[in-house]
Amino acid sequence: MTDLRTIPDFLDRNADRFAGAPAYREKEFGIWQEWTWAQAREEIAEMALGLIAGGLEIGEHVAVIGRNRPQLYMAMVAVQCAGGIPVPLYQDAVGEEIAYVLGHCSAKFVIAGDQEQVDKVLEVQDRIEGLRHIVYLDGRGLRKYDHSAMSSMETIRKAGRDTPRDEMDRRRAQQTGATTCVMLYTSGTTGKPKGVVLSHDNIVATSKASSEFDRLRQGDEVLAYLPMAWVGDFIFSIGQAMVTGFCVNCPESADTILQDLREIGPTYYFAPPRVFETQLTSVMIRMEDAGRVKKAMFRHFMDHAKGVGPRLLDGEPVGTFDRLKYRLGEALVFGPLKNTLGLSRVRVGYTAGEAIGPELFDFYRSIGINLKQLYGQTEASVFITQQKDNEVRSDTVGTPTPGVELRIAENGEVFYRSPGSFVEYYNNPESTASTKDPEGWVATGDAGFIEEGTGHLRIIDRAKDVGKMASGALFAPKFVENKLKFYPDIHEAVVFGNNRDRCVAFVNIDLTAVGNWAERNNIAYASYQELAQHPRVLATITDHVNAVNKLVARDGMLSGCQIHRFLVLHKQLDPDDDEMTRTQKVKRGLIETKYADLIEGLYGGAEEVYTETDVTYEDGRKGKIKATVKMCDAEVVPVETTTLEAAE
Amino acid sequence: MNAQSQSFVTEDGRTIGPTVLDLRNITLRFGGVEAIKDISFDIREGEIRAIIGPNGAGKSSMLNVISGFYVPQEGEVWFRGKPRPAMKPYEVAQQGIARTFQNIALFEGMSVLDNVMTGRLAHMKTNILTQALWWGAAAREEEENRAAVERVIDFLEIQAIRKTPVGRLPYGLKKRVELARALAAEPSLLLLDEPMAGMNVEEKEDMSRFILDVNDEFGTTIALIEHDMGVVMDLSDRVVVMDYGRKIGDGTPDEVRGNQDVIDAYLGVAHD
Repeated sequence: MTDLRTIPDFLDRNADRFAGAPAYREKEFGIWQEWTWAQAREEIAEMALGLIAGGLEIGEHVAVIGRNRPQLYMAMVAVQCAGGIPVPLYQDAVGEEIAYVLGHCSAKFVIAGDQEQVDKVLEVQDRIEGLRHIVYLDGRGLRKYDHSAMSSMETIRKAGRDTPRDEMDRRRAQQTGATTCVMLYTSGTTGKPKGVVLSHDNIVATSKASSEFDRLRQGDEVLAYLPMAWVGDFIFSIGQAMVTGFCVNCPESADTILQDLREIGPTYYFAPPRVFETQLTSVMIRMEDAGRVKKAMFRHFMDHAKGVGPRLLDGEPVGTFDRLKYRLGEALVFGPLKNTLGLSRVRVGYTAGEAIGPELFDFYRSIGINLKQLYGQTEASVFITQQKDNEVRSDTVGTPTPGVELRIAENGEVFYRSPGSFVEYYNNPESTASTKDPEGWVATGDAGFIEEGTGHLRIIDRAKDVGKMASGALFAPKFVENKLKFYPDIHEAVVFGNNRDRCVAFVNIDLTAVGNWAERNNIAYASYQELAQHPRVLATITDHVNAVNKLVARDGMLSGCQIHRFLVLHKQLDPDDDEMTRTQKVKRGLIETKYADLIEGLYGGAEEVYTETDVTYEDGRKGKIKATVKMCDAEVVPVETTTLEAAE
Repeated sequence: MNAQSQSFVTEDGRTIGPTVLDLRNITLRFGGVEAIKDISFDIREGEIRAIIGPNGAGKSSMLNVISGFYVPQEGEVWFRGKPRPAMKPYEVAQQGIARTFQNIALFEGMSVLDNVMTGRLAHMKTNILTQALWWGAAAREEEENRAAVERVIDFLEIQAIRKTPVGRLPYGLKKRVELARALAAEPSLLLLDEPMAGMNVEEKEDMSRFILDVNDEFGTTIALIEHDMGVVMDLSDRVVVMDYGRKIGDGTPDEVRGNQDVIDAYLGVAHD
């Protein structure tokens, strides 16, 4: 075991070195169940041998679909041990999406979490050639199913116990760092998903570099609750977990995540801004209901923390009085608050995926959580840039992760070259060639710039979304949308204006925040649709849009992107309706076509527009929502000559 | 009647066994009102048996006769091949019969966990003193019962509300907690009184799935009263139709659907 090249190599090392330490935990039947590294190695070997006995050949793809569970993580490593390639899928993907991916990688096995997932696979099975066998973890409801091409993981492991180990050892001996470690499908805001091939070298190198960067170590705890098909979860819960030997904890169910978070108290925590926002919103809502003394205490110490907390985190000098007062606040407010949030023990916290609001970001940093930002993508095995411990800011994404080179193209697009950059898009040489040049530079598709002086990268928008307005001014929708989304009332926003003379916007209200506000203000509503069109809600949103316009007007280059008119959508944008990706990014083009009548209304100056919208319910049935949507005017700040400069 | 003692396997692979409960010429009166008039039907092991009928048809009274809460003036209830005498409710529970109620009957101030735990009462053998002292067998027993309760909580996917007081839950979840409490008793015969009343489509779908899963996983025999015809026809193996205390139909969902009396009772015809 001199050189560790592959994930299974690291598994062996961990099982030797940390044999009795926990590798995985899962809460089941109300109790945290634990697997030590030694047990994990044993269970993985049984799974791998079982798969070999079941006919898995070297280089074949095995799809894995289900909620975060230790057995599924182990199954992915088992597939690697057996010479196969794990392909994790989004558990909320619908039949069509699953059919596409299974067909594209010609998966031979599917490892599914439960009946729901098995049903989805069975539904599309006859369209997929070569799919030989389905393995399931939870057999509930499956007893009556035809088991000729299906078996439980228990059965596979039992077969594994009766299979000699030498075939697995032979297959593992052939593996090198260049062997494919995993294939992940990018959700893609346009077109069909692409299969990103990542080698063991990619995963191991990035996991090592990023673990060292944040001094992750055996003994750290993470909670695995983000989709297994997302590259971040693969890096955190398999890559870094294997490389450093820390413990991966899986929640009891999707509804218990916040409770489980409190019980585990992770030391290393990742969440997209959305999760941090939800947590903050729930805290603020509960504070509204608190007694007067508690409220006053909360306000007083939070105000103090805003100034002092981040400076303490960055190790800057802070006066003795301020320091002591912060300590008192820690005892009275921040400590209990962090405990409620489950973040008491967080040493390193990350957020990424979307821009995070400065207030939101500062809130967490001020109560002493070392929250940082990173920038990455599937093709880079996550890490492109990260923020160093004492260089944390809400408006940049940090400096290049060790080993990564950055380059900004003339049109502003960010390129990188790193040991983690992907091997290829599976069966798609054209896309590979257009994304990765022969020298290894990969196009991110994002427009940004490197800040002078600090070397921090700042991202403006998707490169393809950055356009020009009719006047020639720069159009960067995301820049404006993010500013809108920083308001807790606004869940999502889509700004239009490319090649037009003015910008207009769609807004989605946040049902939790607005619903709570409605309750407190005695505003009755029967549905999301009704609440969204309530005059007082529209008035609040108008205020937000006006405020954002003022901010946008201040930015010379982008001041043309102020919103002239907007509407509050009658339904929530939803991945099931193909309006967003599974990772919750809006699909701009599709929305523009689907709601063309509404956009027409906004530009045409209509007061309100009647519209019918197709929706897909969770069980796959289709329906229509009918609504009359009101159009609102916003105040625009007059801008001087700056637009002309940008036209150059 | 011989055929009824034999087991057979349904199209979807479930085993329907011999008769568990046989109701013979039941008549139930409240003063001068005849709630149930000379009704006979049986419930077989492993099946889902529905009782349907318009409001006031006597369905809930029927369920109360099955559960032993009402003792009919005429007729006999045969349980597992023997005529059943009048019983106390706890004796019914000990026989492996559990139920849910039309109007939820939970302990509002207690947590979900504690509510479900009460369903284990028939399985607790130690006395109150040893339980209070957490002594030997009592501690072991509590652990076993808690494990059983946790299996039910997992099964019905109510982990997230384990420690929430029942009073704070929405209606649909309360219904599920009630089912959990009944399941915790590990019944062989489960009686459900309008398990889906007042639910929206999605909650009904969830509840239907749980009922089918209970029947499938534990082989529990289920007798249910339900108004939603779609649900009844989808779920049940056989249906008894009641109207004005009388049985007007009995058979598979398809047979019942084609029965003229049933159609009349539901669509309404002039009564002379």
